[in-house]
Amino acid sequence: MQVMVAMSGGVDSSVAAAMLRDQGHDVVGVTLKLWGGESDSGCCSVSDVDDARRVAQQLDIDHLVFNFSEDFDRDVVEPYVADHARGITPNPCIECNRHLKFDRLMARAEALGFDLVATGHHAQVLRTADGRPRLTRGADFAKDQSYVLHMLKASQLENVMFPIGGMTKDDVRKRATELGLRTAGKPDSQDVCFISHTGGGRRVFLGNRIDMHPGRLVDKSGEQLGSVEAVELVTIGQRRGLGIGIDGRPRYALDVDVAGQSVLVGTAEDLDVPSESLHSFGWVDDAARVDSMASSTLTAQLSAHGDEIVVSELRETLNGLEVVWATPTHRVAPGQSIVLYDDNLVVGGGLVSRR
Amino acid sequence: MTSYLDHAATGPMRPEAIEAMLPFLSHRYANPSGAHRFARDARRAVDDAREEFASLVGAEPGDIIFTSGGTESDNLAIFGLGSVEGVAVCSAVEHHAVLDPVAALDGRFVAVDRLGNIDSADLERVLAEGPVRVVSLMVVNNETGVIVDLESLSKVVRKAAPGAVLHSDAVQAYCWTDIANACSVVDSFSLSAHKFGGPKGVGALIVRPGIPLAARQLGGGQERERRSGTQNVPGIVSMVTAARLADGERVSEIARIGNLRDQLLDGLLAALPGTIETAGAARSNRAAGIAHLCIPGVESEALLFLLERGEVSASAASSCASGAMQSSHVLAAMGIESDLARGSLRLSLGWSSTQADVDEALTVIPPAVEQLRKFGF
Repeated sequence: MQVMVAMSGGVDSSVAAAMLRDQGHDVVGVTLKLWGGESDSGCCSVSDVDDARRVAQQLDIDHLVFNFSEDFDRDVVEPYVADHARGITPNPCIECNRHLKFDRLMARAEALGFDLVATGHHAQVLRTADGRPRLTRGADFAKDQSYVLHMLKASQLENVMFPIGGMTKDDVRKRATELGLRTAGKPDSQDVCFISHTGGGRRVFLGNRIDMHPGRLVDKSGEQLGSVEAVELVTIGQRRGLGIGIDGRPRYALDVDVAGQSVLVGTAEDLDVPSESLHSFGWVDDAARVDSMASSTLTAQLSAHGDEIVVSELRETLNGLEVVWATPTHRVAPGQSIVLYDDNLVVGGGLVSRR
Repeated sequence: MTSYLDHAATGPMRPEAIEAMLPFLSHRYANPSGAHRFARDARRAVDDAREEFASLVGAEPGDIIFTSGGTESDNLAIFGLGSVEGVAVCSAVEHHAVLDPVAALDGRFVAVDRLGNIDSADLERVLAEGPVRVVSLMVVNNETGVIVDLESLSKVVRKAAPGAVLHSDAVQAYCWTDIANACSVVDSFSLSAHKFGGPKGVGALIVRPGIPLAARQLGGGQERERRSGTQNVPGIVSMVTAARLADGERVSEIARIGNLRDQLLDGLLAALPGTIETAGAARSNRAAGIAHLCIPGVESEALLFLLERGEVSASAASSCASGAMQSSHVLAAMGIESDLARGSLRLSLGWSSTQADVDEALTVIPPAVEQLRKFGF
């Protein structure tokens, strides 16, 4: 098979490329240039591209760089900024997977005559008894990335490969060391790739792009308890920076009102809600929808490495889906993704709506 | 077979140029600054080369400063030329080796028209904005192949900024214009060996007598204290050998390669509806070795991959440090719509190009474009 493997310059995609080569595929490595500005790995992530290129040379496979930076600005960075301006907390890695790593890259791979696109994600593709492709968790549960890949439709799963999905991270590093790859000891990437921590983090990044407004901290009775520097930087569920209540218990952000420049705060119990409403919900395929509506074994994951939450009921609504929890659960910030699993198989996912 | 159509990036060395450098990589290895017989031998080789190079480019031997190549020469010129207080000015379509130093010095930029010609009225306007120390206008554009009318533009510069030094980046021009003649109107110009069959890592800045130049690289005082550092003797000897050959063949090669270029352009324009010649249909003011097209409905990045698989090596715009293709500042300055610029393709020819290269390209490129258009790329 002709396989285009996305190589980020990290150890996982390095080993993924090596495995594909060893399986006898005709492999071409591609590194996506996504962000042209400053980042913690240098401008244009030059050092990551260098690592990917060097690994490709060591593996004796071709390596290309695709410049998708315009798409990345339009589909990931600009929405990220615009969402914060209205008090929504998006997950840019999910949007990048959706728009860049899969839609854009898969379309280009197809146009260039490739059969498959592969990445170094910790996830696996299985088949149901009736032959439908399903995304499931990586063998290394601690590193599982199925959550950030939930948007892949069954039709796309037919054309992707996750070569290291069945391995533990330790095994991946061991294999990289055996192969003498320079990325063997490279730390896992963290956080948002286009925000530089040495450059002041999210506060400076957003502050350079949108107006920030100070906000009042108020409780349920409307009493002002304090203030925050920028209401745009507060995330629902956040505890840090909000101080301690008069009862000595920590306070959490329950709701953010950017226009009203206020943040509603309360206790951990106040965070609990019986359900969440999702919009932009997508099922892996129609069978997944039908099966899930009738399933009694559904769980949900609310963040990249969050626990599984038991779902008691799904209600289809006019513009999405309401997910009812078996027991009240901490609320999730609007804009974040909730992913539904049935017996560890991803069945769909969507974005949390405002309350 | 492979068809190498990226000579504007670099090309193969002429065998004679390789041959010429070998003694200086082996037994004639001395440092020309030394005080012994071996050193005098190397010194003699550099002096011979300097004298011959000067006559080939229409300069005096003392005007030649050997450097590590075009980028160093342009940086030395932009940062160091001239003695009056004032800014640096260049056209908006210069190579980054000129553009970036001018930007670093907070200089000013001159507009070009839709066909890539420098706008002389804008040049006059920019020069009138305030005192100017150095003006840089290239001879041949490295992307589009447009040959700049230095003679008439130099008159504008002399009139509007009489105290300014006029420099020209001639790196892309050696094979395609009569350099001695074209650069007779400028005070300084830069050349690079690997653009005309010599080795990489060697070039020259030519500065007319009496034109002030501040050195950037200090040390042993070589090149009349204008560029310190042990001379690259094998490179210098090899460069001048290549320059001699290219000079001798210039007229016949312009005719031969111009014909190959026309076949490429005409063949692709006929096969690919909607394709435009980026710098217009009149080819007489363009370098014979450069064919630049914009192909609507495709992305260069994807096209180049298919061409590579089809054994055709070409280019689109310049690459950044990561190796990713960048959108072209040249096409942007010309006002080429981004949809068109996205499908830019540069096919460039040189001394080793043959009819077979052109035939191969005309066989490979149209179906590659069709394949991408089918998928909406």
